[in-house]
Parts: sequence; C-alpha cells; structure tokens
Amino acid sequence: MAEREQIKKSPARRDEEDVSEVAAKSESGEKLKADLDDLLDEIDDVLETNAEDFVKSYIQKGGE
Amino acid sequence: MALPKIVGIETELGIMVRGTTEWNPVSASSLLINAYVGSEPGGLDDRSTPIAWDFIDETPGADARDFLPPEFALPPEIETHLVNAVLTNGARYYVDHAHPEISTPECRDALSIVLYDRAAELIAIDSMEQAANALPPGQEVILYKDNSDRKGNSYGTHENYLLDRSLPFGQIINGATGHFVSRQIFTGSGKVGSELPGVGANHVPYQLTQRAEHFEEEVGLETTLKRPIINTRDEPHADSQRYRRLHVIVGDANMSQVATFLKVGTSCILFAMLEDQSVERFHLLDDPVHAMHQVSHDLTLRQPLKLEDGGTMTALEMQFDLLAQAKEWSARYGLDAVGGETVGEMILERWEQVLTGLESDPDSVAGQVDWVAKKRLIDGFRERHDCDWGDSRLRALDLQYHDLRPTKSLAARAGLETIVDETEAKSARHDPPTDTRAYFRGRCLQKFASSVVAANWDSIVFDVGDDPLRRVPMLEPARGTLEHVGSLIDESETIVELLDKLGA
Repeated sequence: MAEREQIKKSPARRDEEDVSEVAAKSESGEKLKADLDDLLDEIDDVLETNAEDFVKSYIQKGGE
Repeated sequence: MALPKIVGIETELGIMVRGTTEWNPVSASSLLINAYVGSEPGGLDDRSTPIAWDFIDETPGADARDFLPPEFALPPEIETHLVNAVLTNGARYYVDHAHPEISTPECRDALSIVLYDRAAELIAIDSMEQAANALPPGQEVILYKDNSDRKGNSYGTHENYLLDRSLPFGQIINGATGHFVSRQIFTGSGKVGSELPGVGANHVPYQLTQRAEHFEEEVGLETTLKRPIINTRDEPHADSQRYRRLHVIVGDANMSQVATFLKVGTSCILFAMLEDQSVERFHLLDDPVHAMHQVSHDLTLRQPLKLEDGGTMTALEMQFDLLAQAKEWSARYGLDAVGGETVGEMILERWEQVLTGLESDPDSVAGQVDWVAKKRLIDGFRERHDCDWGDSRLRALDLQYHDLRPTKSLAARAGLETIVDETEAKSARHDPPTDTRAYFRGRCLQKFASSVVAANWDSIVFDVGDDPLRRVPMLEPARGTLEHVGSLIDESETIVELLDKLGA
C-alpha cells in the first residue's frame, strides 16, 4: 500500500480582509438572499399543484 | 503515452404521460422518439422509417474478467425490436427497457461532451413538443433527467471512456473505485430521503446522490440488479486488440454543466494517469459499497472512510490528493490525452475551485454542484413554508428539479452556471463533433441518408444500388474526422463516389 501524503490546503485568510471587502460580502449576501426570494416566488408558481399525487404517480420501471 | 480519452454518455430518461391513465412507458417512449425523428431535418428526407441501428456487434454479455465461466452471469438481453434511430449528429436515440435513451456521439474531450449532453436535453425538449402534436388534446409526455423514481427503481446515466487494452483491468479497479466513491461530492444530483429499506427521513432527510443506494457490488457485469461500482461489460465498439471501452454506471445525471464537465473531465484525467502509470497513491477502500453509501449520506463531507490498510480518509481528502497527483502528471506528460491544454487546464482549475468551495462553504458552489443547488431550493422552501422533511412538496420539488420542460424545470431556474454556448448546443442537435468518427457517421447521414441502410458505433452499411450492401468499418474512434474525410465528403456527389474515394 503506497503511503499517503497529508494534503496541504490553503484556507482563505480571514485576517487579511479589510472593511470594504466585508461590506461587499454582506452586500452580495443580501443580493443572494433577494435572488433566492425571487426564485422561491417562482417555484411557488411553477411547482406541481397536487404534490402528493404527483410524487405518488412518479413510478418508473428499472432500466439499463 | 496515454490514449486520447474519447468519451460518450448514455442517458436514460424518466417518462410520464399526463392527461390519461391509459399509457405504458414503452409505447410512450416509442411515440416520443418517432415523433422527434420524423421531424429531424436532414435525416429523413426520402424515407419513411428512421435509419436503423445495426446490432451486429452488440455483445453486452462479454465480461472483461475473461477468467469467469460463461454461466457465472446472465448477459443482458438486447431488445432489437424497439425503436432505435441514429441521428445526424452521430447520436443514438432509442427505447431501452421502459425509457427513452440518448447516447451522445463520441466526443474528444469533457467540454465537447457537455455540448452534446446539452444537445441531448434540447432533443428531449423538441421530442416532448413533437409528441404533443401526435397525442390527443390534453395529453402530454414529460421527460425527467434523473436516475430514480425514489421508490427503489433506478435507471442509468452511463459514461464511456476509451482505454488502452494493455492497461490491466486490476489497475482500473484499484484506481477507479476510490474515485467513483469520492467524486460523488461534486457529481451528486441530490435526493430527498432514502430508498434503502428501513432508513427513515430522520436518518437520511437528504443525500448527495440519486444512484449510490442502488449499488450492491464492487465489480461485476450486471447493470440492472446487484449493480457493481466497476462494471465489467467488455464491448469496445472499436478494435478490440487495441482498445477497451470502460462502461461506467455509477454516475448521476447532472443538470449542472459544470458537474457533467468535472464528472467526465476528472475521470478522463484519472484514466490517462493510469495508462501513464502515474498514480503513485491508490486509495483502496476497505468496503467500497459501504463507503459509497456513507459519502452519499454525509452532508458534512467530513466522514472518515475506512481504508484497506487500516487508515481513514474523507472523500474530500481523496479528491484533493487525486488532484495533487493529476497536477504532477500533467506537468510531466502534458494534457493532450484529455483534449489539450485549454480543456485540460480548465478541468484542473474547476476541480480545485469546486473542492475548495465544498471544503470551506458548500453553498459557495450552488452554481456548479447539483446537490448543493437543489438543497438551496429545498432549504429556502422549508423555511418559507415551515414544512418538515416528510412534506410531499419537498419530494415534488426534488423531482421537478429534473423536469426537462423549460416551463417547469427547477434546475433551469436555480442559477446554474453554463459553460457551453446555447446556440452551439442547438446546432449540435443536428451536427456531429468534428474530431471523432462521429463526424463520418453524422455527415453520411446528413448527405447520403437514402443510401444508409443501418449504422452503429463502429460501422455503417450502405446500399449502393445493384451491388451487394457495403459495410464501412470504423474501428478507430479517432479517425473519420473533419480533417480526415471532410473534403472527401464535400467533394462526393454520390455515395458510390465517396466509397471509391475512401477505397472502401
């Protein structure tokens, strides 16, 4: 069995972030949340109306 | 040197008919494919039936482990009576068991396979539209690009890789098993709940993959029951002295283009590394099947997997180590085997980005990894509607993520990054890749459809009038490209002229 090396990883160095970067991040975080809200509105519109029947009737034969 | 990693993907689609209770999946699949083929430009100009698939070299029962007695495994049956068409882009579109299935044409690299996988989705979308015209009003055929009905029935998305016959099969098993288990962290399409008997929503509310739970063996010939992580079907569809086609059945169908790209790209690199004898550290798992389920059930990505030597590694650690070895390999051997510098570097960069993202904050790769993208929708929905994991709306959302109808697809709304051009993908529905033998197949179908009697992966049979039928073999997957035969096809007015020029 070949030996395994411990992998060196370089996690993001949080101590170097300055204030503007943090502000930008929280702004983009808010934008992400707004995007998700829009997306959830859309999902509410297009999601199959009778979820239980839909899920039950989704029966596939095995394949391959 | 490693051989060019020519690849293809076969996708079986889930199918439903709405608006009637009187339907069966085989006839619905046939209707769908016939409706599409009848509408495809170019391929059917003066014939009433699609160009048939030629079954002459189909031997799905051939086992790569030639030491096994033939009675050891039951060969899969070939269904020769169902709809089976060849498309002008070099793809195969057919009914397999109770599903429509599309096999992409042979592609030269991971980016090309993403283009033809997207083209296959567009073909499925066109097919649903054409089928609607053939059905009574109010009825609709719906296709899902997924791998499970969440009730224990699974259907596959199979990858195929061209390998050097001289690479011992044992090396493939040792090298690929750990990769297939650990790559699930970025290839998984996500699934609500578990299909294992006795495993409730409390234990597994959500998991990384659709397929993992359907695997029960480490190595074997089966694809429909007792599925193995390494499938031994030995059917090269090419010169069997030189080549092997590794038939990989463990993958999920991906809606994310980046996930498809990495699923195929990282595997191409691994196989090229094995051929160049450049894998220094094999990650041999103590119990690969158990580990496959463990990885799929572990949303933290931190669970240690037991290794054969008594140690442990997480799936992330295995992938980071394979990436490190891949970089060493590429520095030494270059990236020609996986399609050249541009595509090869893109695989390595994307691989590192996705692993780093999964390690630090999985939500950061919601635009690239399907199970993360789907989980983001589900978590948002749960919070908004305050529902628990047993709520059927979550299961509906899970299924509908894979709905291929643009008006209903949740994946299409999930903000997934695209890496191929949609206009090019539309053309790729009809035009073959230019850099594999699929080019010859596709162009012959486009230009000489009325002379093509049948075709398959490694030959085409032509009717040249009074003479006997002529079979043109295509046993070299990297030949028959635009460069090799493009001008010959352009300059030939008739099939006889072309065959004369080819010396066939």
